[in-house]
Amino acid sequence: MTTVAVVAARLPARRYLLLAVLALWVLGWAVFEGRDTLGLGGAELTPLHTSLNEGMDAIDDSRNSNPFFLYFINYVRLFLDEAVTFVQALISQPSFGRPLPVLGWLGVVALATAIAWLWGNGKVALLTAAGLISFGVLGLWQESMDTLALTLTAVVLSLAVGIPLGVWAGLNDRFNRLVTPVLDFMQTMPTFVYLAPLTLFFLIGPASATVATMIYAIPPAIRITSHGIRQVSHDTLEAGASLGATGVQSLRHVRLPMAKQTIIVGVNQTIMAALSMATIAALIDAPGLGKTVLKALQTLDVGTAFNAGLAIVIMAVVLDRVTSAASRRVEADRRAGRLRGTRRRRLELAGAFGVVAVLGYLSYTYVWAADFPIQANLGSYVRQAADAGSLWVQDNLAAYTDALKNVLTNTLLNPFEKLLTASPWWLVLAVAVAVALLVGSVRAALVTAAGLLVLVLLGLWQDSMVTLASTLVATILVMVLGVVLGVWMGRSDRVDTVLRPVLDAGQTMPAFVYLVPILGLFGPTRFTAIIAAVVFAAPIAIKLVAEGIRRVSPTTVEAAISAGTGTWQLISKVQLPMARSGVTLAASQGLIYVLSMVVVGGLVGAGALGYDVVAGFSQHQLRGKGLAAGLAIVVLGIVLDRVMRAATQRADVAAHGGVTHK
Amino acid sequence: MALSRSGRVRAIVLVTGTGLLLTACGGAKVGEAQQPAAGGEGKNCGTFNLAINPWVGYEANAAVIAHVAEKNLGCKVVKKDLKEEVAWQGFATGEVDAIVENWAHDDLKKKYIEDQKVAVSAGLTGNKGVIGWYVAPWMAKKYPDITDWNNLNKYAPLFKTSESEGKGQLLDGDPSFVTNDAALVKNLKLDYKVVYAGSEAALITAFRQSEKQQKPVLGYFYEPQWFLSELKLVKVNLPAYTEGCDADAAKVACDYPPYDLDKIVSKKFADSGSPAYTLVKNFTWTNDDQNLVAKYIAEDKMTAEEAAAKWVADNPAKIKPWLPPAS
Amino acid sequence: MTVPSLTEPRQLDTDTPPVLAVRGLWKVFGPKADGVVGTTLSRKELKEQTGCVAAVRDVSFDVRRGEVFVVMGLSGSGKSTLVRCLTRLIEPTAGEIVLDGEDIRKADDRRLRELRRHRMAMVFQHFGLLPHRCVLDNVAFGLEIRGVPKQERYARAREVVDLVGLNGFENSYPDQLSGGMQQRVGLARALAADPEVLLFDEPFSALDPLIRREMQNEVIRLHHEVGKTMVFITHDLSEALKLGDRILIMRDGELVQVGTPDQVVGAPADDYVRDFVSDVPRSHVLTLRWIMRQPLMDESLDGPVLGPDVVIRDAVHTVLSADRPVRVIEGDDLLGVVTSAEILEVIAGGQER
Repeated sequence: MTTVAVVAARLPARRYLLLAVLALWVLGWAVFEGRDTLGLGGAELTPLHTSLNEGMDAIDDSRNSNPFFLYFINYVRLFLDEAVTFVQALISQPSFGRPLPVLGWLGVVALATAIAWLWGNGKVALLTAAGLISFGVLGLWQESMDTLALTLTAVVLSLAVGIPLGVWAGLNDRFNRLVTPVLDFMQTMPTFVYLAPLTLFFLIGPASATVATMIYAIPPAIRITSHGIRQVSHDTLEAGASLGATGVQSLRHVRLPMAKQTIIVGVNQTIMAALSMATIAALIDAPGLGKTVLKALQTLDVGTAFNAGLAIVIMAVVLDRVTSAASRRVEADRRAGRLRGTRRRRLELAGAFGVVAVLGYLSYTYVWAADFPIQANLGSYVRQAADAGSLWVQDNLAAYTDALKNVLTNTLLNPFEKLLTASPWWLVLAVAVAVALLVGSVRAALVTAAGLLVLVLLGLWQDSMVTLASTLVATILVMVLGVVLGVWMGRSDRVDTVLRPVLDAGQTMPAFVYLVPILGLFGPTRFTAIIAAVVFAAPIAIKLVAEGIRRVSPTTVEAAISAGTGTWQLISKVQLPMARSGVTLAASQGLIYVLSMVVVGGLVGAGALGYDVVAGFSQHQLRGKGLAAGLAIVVLGIVLDRVMRAATQRADVAAHGGVTHK
Repeated sequence: MALSRSGRVRAIVLVTGTGLLLTACGGAKVGEAQQPAAGGEGKNCGTFNLAINPWVGYEANAAVIAHVAEKNLGCKVVKKDLKEEVAWQGFATGEVDAIVENWAHDDLKKKYIEDQKVAVSAGLTGNKGVIGWYVAPWMAKKYPDITDWNNLNKYAPLFKTSESEGKGQLLDGDPSFVTNDAALVKNLKLDYKVVYAGSEAALITAFRQSEKQQKPVLGYFYEPQWFLSELKLVKVNLPAYTEGCDADAAKVACDYPPYDLDKIVSKKFADSGSPAYTLVKNFTWTNDDQNLVAKYIAEDKMTAEEAAAKWVADNPAKIKPWLPPAS
Repeated sequence: MTVPSLTEPRQLDTDTPPVLAVRGLWKVFGPKADGVVGTTLSRKELKEQTGCVAAVRDVSFDVRRGEVFVVMGLSGSGKSTLVRCLTRLIEPTAGEIVLDGEDIRKADDRRLRELRRHRMAMVFQHFGLLPHRCVLDNVAFGLEIRGVPKQERYARAREVVDLVGLNGFENSYPDQLSGGMQQRVGLARALAADPEVLLFDEPFSALDPLIRREMQNEVIRLHHEVGKTMVFITHDLSEALKLGDRILIMRDGELVQVGTPDQVVGAPADDYVRDFVSDVPRSHVLTLRWIMRQPLMDESLDGPVLGPDVVIRDAVHTVLSADRPVRVIEGDDLLGVVTSAEILEVIAGGQER
């Protein structure tokens, strides 16, 4: 009880302290404005950037002499190239002396549908068939198959690497602690930074694209597998141990079978991550839909980009629904006690693959089943409609959106950015550390101090502050949307049904597709970048908040309603507070997603770190600076993440009366 | 239950199987109508790896060269979509044979031509590159004196935006280009702030909206560029370029130099004696030629291959001199 | 089938050495746990001064062969930690655990696994079943781990499934069974290995009362049939009294009292135990030995005869219907007499004597 009192007494004080710190900041800014701001022009370099450049050059040049590259990388590359080429030969590219791939459209549709039916259910099988046929109907059969081939190869390899490592991380705390920051790094480091160097080692072609995709797709496989292994019921493990199970036995008979469902969720996330790299990998000649999108962007051809983007969204939705259904089925089969290897299951398998074999043979032999019929092409209508829509929006809404942009930029973004960029760096650092200390912990404050010092050393202080300002504003917008729509969605199944596909599209539609329309609406500005980030990050935040709301115990809601709570009171006093862990998760995920759009923001006027990375990718002499900017983004991500986690922890402790359990 | 279900499965197999086999019997078979790739002159050209940089003008050059190489020389052309930096790296790894529109890139030339000696110049494309500051046509009409840089400060308030901190906004652009704009603004004492649009798409959209909404935009642009055939942007004249006036990047106060766009090939390719190399070396055409092909692609939505085929068919005389002398 | 009642006292083998002997067992959680062993600080002081929690403090006891030994305590008393220390699911900090003359704490990993596979088996509060395996596979799990061939282990598993009354459910999955049935699977799994000692960690506290009683009776029945030594953890006093040959009461990690049920109820070691057993219907636990008195001078000594270990509840009828004091006789000795006065005092709930 006394602890509760202490915390209760301290909380307001903490709030006043925080206000005092902010007030001091504003005061300091007014006094020292423009001093020690560490600005650096677009083409200016620091000695660090130059030496990074030289370092990268040196690595490039050692390519043909270093045994590591000669013997290791080269074999990896050969293997990857062969793997992708093989899958392409099966479904997308002319192969084995034939003008068409081994499996034509009919065979692929049949195979995919059979798989969806056998390991998912009838509904997703239908969806799969419809989705795949729509690729042909959109006129993008071959491009889609190329993307699918690359994605699937990268996913299979990511899982082959990620699941064992995930199991290890799940079993071994030390390895887990070691690997977590590496995974953070892999996920937040912008792809643009390593894309060009990759092609030097893995050469232009499928291998580089596969590696780039794997770097992004492995982390979820490792993280979620490790989580699945860790969350296996302690009771069951103990029971195994009490029977004298060895570590290996316990892994094989207890942990892995029980983590199976979670691991499939990891597979799902790995697929989504891999697919989201399809467009960027096209920058290094990765085949598929991404190329179509990028080509279309050169001529600002919104229709064509949208058409290809739509195919990517459809592919993502199909893959997502099938893997989700498979994961649910694992659970359902287990509950229903369905045995594998029963007569019925064998018949199902035989029947389905029999049909696939017949259709596959047809698609191997006959042109009509191999080559998607051209007359079925509806892509041109989609293109025209998207063009018309984009044009209409740009012509008719630009005046309003421009006003909105100006208001938000001038009232929110500009003052905040001014405060961050025009204050001396040491003042910002002191304020940030104080804030981290007040809302988070000593540890968070130390991470903040170290992180911000690294930003100074990287020579990108001011750019980092500009990016930080936009990132925070975007995260705020994401959370506003996340809470409003998430609560709405969590409370109503009908809203969920309508909203979910829209959110899926927002998450999986390549940003390059909607850059042109939003550029038309908001111009090349930081705000456009913020909008792009919000489009990408809001869906995940909305989904997580909705999930949290739905998880609130119905008993509690019932109790509140029976006490005469109104709707608004129910939301604000019961559901939201109880969904707090969901909301904080939404905030941290939203933040990561916003950060991952910094580079795309650089393409539409955000300047700062995003532009530095893009320029580093495009100009040889800016490579070092681009690398530094990439590191700065990672640092920002780590600092924000750690402070947010510490703040959440503190809030949890406060909510539980200041008493920690155990 | 289990039986009826499996019975159904079997029925499905039978029905679909036989049904499809029956209907399929009349179809054409894969590979039946296939003939070996057009032989051209049957000369041993082999594979020609052509980098495709991501802008339409480049694609026009590449498409025409590829078309001629395939049809007239019987080469197998492999197009690789790559950003410039990556394309140059391709010379070192041996995966790129030619870049057919290069904008200066002195640093890359130094690294790959002088230092590593893996690439060589293959002469000019005949296209003249112009870089500078542009405004939309309506602005040039409404404020005729805006094309003189001396008047830019007068109009600075027009170009104010949410990004420019109270000054006029100079929209810089494509990260692929090294610009002197920040130095220019400073050295010409202009009341402007450089804002990075970040991509060509962003620049073009800005100019489009400028014309449509009569919104003032001053921005960095260049020709040849397909967009100029949609909207004839007007160049603002900076202090004229003189040899060496841009030697010190920090002190530059003159316009950008005119660029003679050139072609770069890998050393290996140049030494191979491939007819494709001769074609690349001989290739030259005008800005108008390129703009026309680029227009086919960007405005008329032809594929690059269609556009090239159309232009080649219309201009047989221009192709002749590119081809290697018949042996 | 009649359920054997504990009113028929079992003969326990008190002469042979104990199956399981625990000496000076400590389990301390926290930094520098070793240094805390032997401390006399209270739980709160210990936490404040060292950040450690002593879950088990200097506990010693013997478990005799064939006995049901109950460890009872409230939650947080350390009883679950104690039972896990016995098979080193939790590594003890100090002390000795001797199973049939072998100190378990000295066993290496391999030997420990052997012990777990053959000598001791445990039944868990939350069952700890494998949800992806059917009942038969769950029961056979321990044998599978030992490397018993398939046929053999299924044969044994079927036997045990029969023994615990799960016939017909061999191919069901845990999720399809009620809690009581699931715990039968847990029980069968433990029995399948034919261990010398069965450890039960609050096996029935997650079950509802009716099922719990049924399962308690089941344990009693199995105990009679297979005669295993059992260490049974519970927080439920009536369960302890019902099942236990002897009961060990724990508080804050310390042993408070060890004794037979009637000793615990009749002679609580301290106020804590007294408080604990205050609600127990004493007539159901105490024997005549606890209430008999020396005959008065003028009393007639020709009334009915009962033994000293007869539970009061069972003596009520005899005593109340007799018009003379009932004699308590063991062998040939007259130990004392009991009249309706003594009986009524117990039944009426005289708390203090």
